[in-house]
Amino acid sequence: MRNLYALIAGSLFGIGLTVSGMIDTTKVQGWLDIFGDWDPTLAFVMGGAILPMAIAWRLTRNRRPLAGGEFPKPPAAQADRNLVIGSTMFGMGWALAGLCPGPAIASLSIGGIGGIVFVVAMAAGMFIAPALKTRLDLAMPEPV
Amino acid sequence: MEQDWIWGLIGGLLIGMAGAVYLLANGRIMGASGIIGGLVDGSGRNTARERIYFLAGLLVAPMFIIPFYREVNTNLTTNLWVVIAAGLLVGIGTRFANGCTSGHGVCGISRLSLRGFVATVFYIMAGGAMMIFARHVLEII
Repeated sequence: MRNLYALIAGSLFGIGLTVSGMIDTTKVQGWLDIFGDWDPTLAFVMGGAILPMAIAWRLTRNRRPLAGGEFPKPPAAQADRNLVIGSTMFGMGWALAGLCPGPAIASLSIGGIGGIVFVVAMAAGMFIAPALKTRLDLAMPEPV
Repeated sequence: MEQDWIWGLIGGLLIGMAGAVYLLANGRIMGASGIIGGLVDGSGRNTARERIYFLAGLLVAPMFIIPFYREVNTNLTTNLWVVIAAGLLVGIGTRFANGCTSGHGVCGISRLSLRGFVATVFYIMAGGAMMIFARHVLEII
């Protein structure tokens, strides 16, 4: 059942990203480009997505997941250095191509070599990230 | 063009419902970068199957609705150096931050997570600054 639920969630996610226009990189870049012809769409997508999710979080109280197990606890990690460094890097890449991880996968269904190049580069980045993180932590231990 | 925000809202609601299904059914946070990253670096080996099913849905489902559009285009830049740089930044950055737009933005903010808010503020500010730099100064995108 877990796999079926995951398939349903992934499909809804992919359809939502397509319908909302988020696989069109110009809409993401248009939202980020406040000095250009500003496109407000992304704000509606975010707002629209947060609403059902907020209800879902409420429903997790005193319940268990349908497929068993536990609901995720709030993360132990605080807003630390790696969160800030990572989010800043992510934001830079997000603006450059107009793609974030979800839409990057969904956009592969349209075809084109660029999307494949992006996903391969992203996977390479994800692959080397743990080693980079270890190096950074060794070079500059984070003050606790 | 005028109705874009309505489609944005409808699509957003679908994205939120996707996250709700993943949370309420499987007890997991729907973060695209985490789902992919766990497969890439092997940290999600024990949950590999549900990750693959999720990604299969994400990849294949759009193909069923794309025929209803007159025209769908990602309008991705043809400058592959920019694409590669962007992909690397997104890959490394989301793993450092442990989340992206879906995990921190949608799932984090909706549970009022401080990390979600902080991440979202930083990636939007960095994205806005990069837009100014790359589009209006360097003029490469």
